[in-house]
Amino acid sequence: MEDTIKNTHSIKNAEELNALQSKLTSSKEFNSEKIYICAGGGCIASGSMKVKDAFVKQIAESKLNGTIEVMETGCLGPCALGPVVVIGKDDTFYQSVRAQDVKDIIENHLVGGQVVPHLLHLVGDTRVAKKSELPFYKNQDKKVLRNCGKINPVKIEDYIACGGYQALSKALSSMTAETVINEVTASGLRGRGGAGFPTGTKWGFARKYQDDEKYILCNADEGDPGAFMDRSILEGDPHSVIEGMAIGAFAIGSSQGYVYVRAEYPLAVERLQIAIDQARAYGLLGHHIFGTAFNFDLEIRKGSGAFVCGEETALITSIEGNRGEPRPRPPFPAEKGLWNKPTVLNNVETFSNIPLLINQGGLKFAETGTDKSKGTKIFALAGTVNISGLVEVPVGTPLRKLVYDIGGGISTGKPYKAAQIGGPSGGCIPAEHLDVPLDYESLNKLGAIMGSGGLIVMDESSCMVDVARFFLEFVQDESCGKCVPCREGTARMKQIVDRICQGQGQMSDLDELERLAGTVTNASLCGLGQTAPNPVLSTLRHFKDEYIEHIRDKKCRTAVCKDLIVFEILDACNGCQSCKKVCPVEAIHGEKKQHHIINTDLCIRCGLCLSTCKFDAIVKY
Amino acid sequence: MAKVEKCSCGTDEEGLLERLTEIINTLKDKPGALIPVLQATQSLFGFIPQEAILKISEMLNEPLSKVYGVITFYSFFSLKPRGKYVIRVCLGTACYVQGANEILTALKQQLSVEIGETTPDKLFTLDVGRCFGACGLAPVIMVNDDVHQWVKPSDVKKILGTYSRRKVVNKEEE
Ligand SMILES: Cc1cc2nc3c(=O)[nH]c(=O)nc-3n(C[C@H](O)[C@H](O)[C@H](O)COP(=O)(O)O)c2cc1C
Ligand code: FES
Repeated sequence: MEDTIKNTHSIKNAEELNALQSKLTSSKEFNSEKIYICAGGGCIASGSMKVKDAFVKQIAESKLNGTIEVMETGCLGPCALGPVVVIGKDDTFYQSVRAQDVKDIIENHLVGGQVVPHLLHLVGDTRVAKKSELPFYKNQDKKVLRNCGKINPVKIEDYIACGGYQALSKALSSMTAETVINEVTASGLRGRGGAGFPTGTKWGFARKYQDDEKYILCNADEGDPGAFMDRSILEGDPHSVIEGMAIGAFAIGSSQGYVYVRAEYPLAVERLQIAIDQARAYGLLGHHIFGTAFNFDLEIRKGSGAFVCGEETALITSIEGNRGEPRPRPPFPAEKGLWNKPTVLNNVETFSNIPLLINQGGLKFAETGTDKSKGTKIFALAGTVNISGLVEVPVGTPLRKLVYDIGGGISTGKPYKAAQIGGPSGGCIPAEHLDVPLDYESLNKLGAIMGSGGLIVMDESSCMVDVARFFLEFVQDESCGKCVPCREGTARMKQIVDRICQGQGQMSDLDELERLAGTVTNASLCGLGQTAPNPVLSTLRHFKDEYIEHIRDKKCRTAVCKDLIVFEILDACNGCQSCKKVCPVEAIHGEKKQHHIINTDLCIRCGLCLSTCKFDAIVKY
Repeated sequence: MAKVEKCSCGTDEEGLLERLTEIINTLKDKPGALIPVLQATQSLFGFIPQEAILKISEMLNEPLSKVYGVITFYSFFSLKPRGKYVIRVCLGTACYVQGANEILTALKQQLSVEIGETTPDKLFTLDVGRCFGACGLAPVIMVNDDVHQWVKPSDVKKILGTYSRRKVVNKEEE
């Protein structure tokens, strides 16, 4: 996508913004018929740019030339169905579209008026044409993601036409820093980065401390594996984050902001940079914004692949140019943060909520959600679920609704086993708690956390002891090593769980794990260590029988734990020898065209034979 | 942040070091410049060579120990040359529960290297990642900036083939 900055001049006051908005909304371009093509990271990987090129080319060659605009949008949500195309005039939703389908869509639908049935979404036996009638969308409440999928993320004019920068204009022209903070407090908005700290309170602290400079930081490190909400916001509606940050800067009295984006997100960095440049060109960043005394500018800093840098003090240390090690709090960043100046750090989604909140007013915002947790939450739904993707629901929506109504149930046909929520700091929700409302308090009661919104659904084929081991390995890898409880404690816990997975555990290991977990939780320096034992504690709580099976019966019922499984070649073997050839340790014997045998003493259980066999003649159990 | 282009004056170290000097000059007055400079160095050379470290330490007036300390802390910086294509297998949760380990095994076997190693022809480096934010398409691997989704162990050979064939054609597009 190329830069779309034209020769613009600064917007000097609210009237000019309104005038620009009405000019844009009455423009031919805004009102033209549109084809929306998802240019989210997922759909691009699935080939949506080829589809777009095909549309552009074939429309230009058809009689529709000049009447329909082909528009790249941010993430439309159902990544697993990509590339996704929506026909604007009648809201038709096409899935898994390939370049060769474009001709059909143009000729039959756009010209002929008949939808193309084989590209429609199937619910049971019925094909559903309208996007708004798909269960995936019907059951959501897109507030923060309202622009995602409707606007072109690299065109600030699209954002302004949809009411963008009105909240900043309102804050600067008719509110004071205090009234902005009061609105945010009244809304009950809590940080979406994991800990759920009330945003208004945080801003209030930073406002209180006087200094010649203060900083506002946006946490786009999104390190929880299985989470891609922040990525999708930055890629799909980057201006909402810029606007939210500018409002926050006005509230706390800052003139410089940084967005810390993880290195794995090149597309987010690219689009955010374009958005920043466009905002500067319109005078929405820079000096005397909206003709007031308020100055604010933004810079992107890229991460370099360290999970701990998502922790607030580590992120600050990293921007300062150091090893990203956390430091003790207090002093809290609100008092002494970046370069020892008062600093506010919020998550991408938190900032993206702000323009909406200021436009509506805090009390209106607080009408959505539960008693204690307000607004909506975006979840990244992944794992063995039919429609994995990006979803937004009111806080407090039951887990079952996400997995079954929105996600379309389990993709493998096997029963649901657990949903992992909150990443390495979180826990697993078993089937008997599928009706848990997704809010901070209810999840804590089950030993999980809301976290940033990664939600990974697992079916019966996942081993819960192995899942615990997986997260311990993750935190072991990512522990910065500064404090002993986290560095050594998690290593010791991993040794024990490794041992259990290898069939060498003892029953006393389970108590030892709980004891160690307590120490690591209480004594670690930062949130990484303090929450690292959660995946173990939560699987111990809900799936203790699996641990016991591994220890006492030396059995892994899911055949995931390598040391506890056996590979066997069945009678279906026709002696093709491909397994024998790939076996790295020569554990497979047998003459050509004769039934082969695995020597289990030599077998290292790498699984290569199983994935090589074309005749389904190898099983593991 | 300054855009770093691949050097067009050839790939000799001298030319690249000169280019690095220019980059450091544009970045060095920024507060906290060390990490952006190292990121630029990594994308310029594909790794962070000894000479570059000396130059960075001198020009930014940072002790060598600190520069090394920062390089070794972050997984994106490499002190060893890397292959032309860095293959990263996602071992994030969504990919893990959908079979990422088997893909890793298949890659190790096809390339005959372990994690972090580079093939003798300097074409591929095998590495792992922790979620690329494409969990909806799990399991996922990345080859440089390309995402490959729903990978099966049996796809590995084909994917590698498309890159080794590209070797002769031309340089990868940035
Ligand atoms: C190890 C660790 C990793 C974290 N990673 C992230 C992250 O990737 N993104 C994020 O927004 N917050 C992350 N956090 C939480 C931040 O420390 C901080 O609480 C949050 O960014 C504050 O913003 P909020 O109040 O808007 O949620 C992490 C915390 C810890 C302890
Ligand atoms: S877990 Fe692999 S891309 Fe997220």
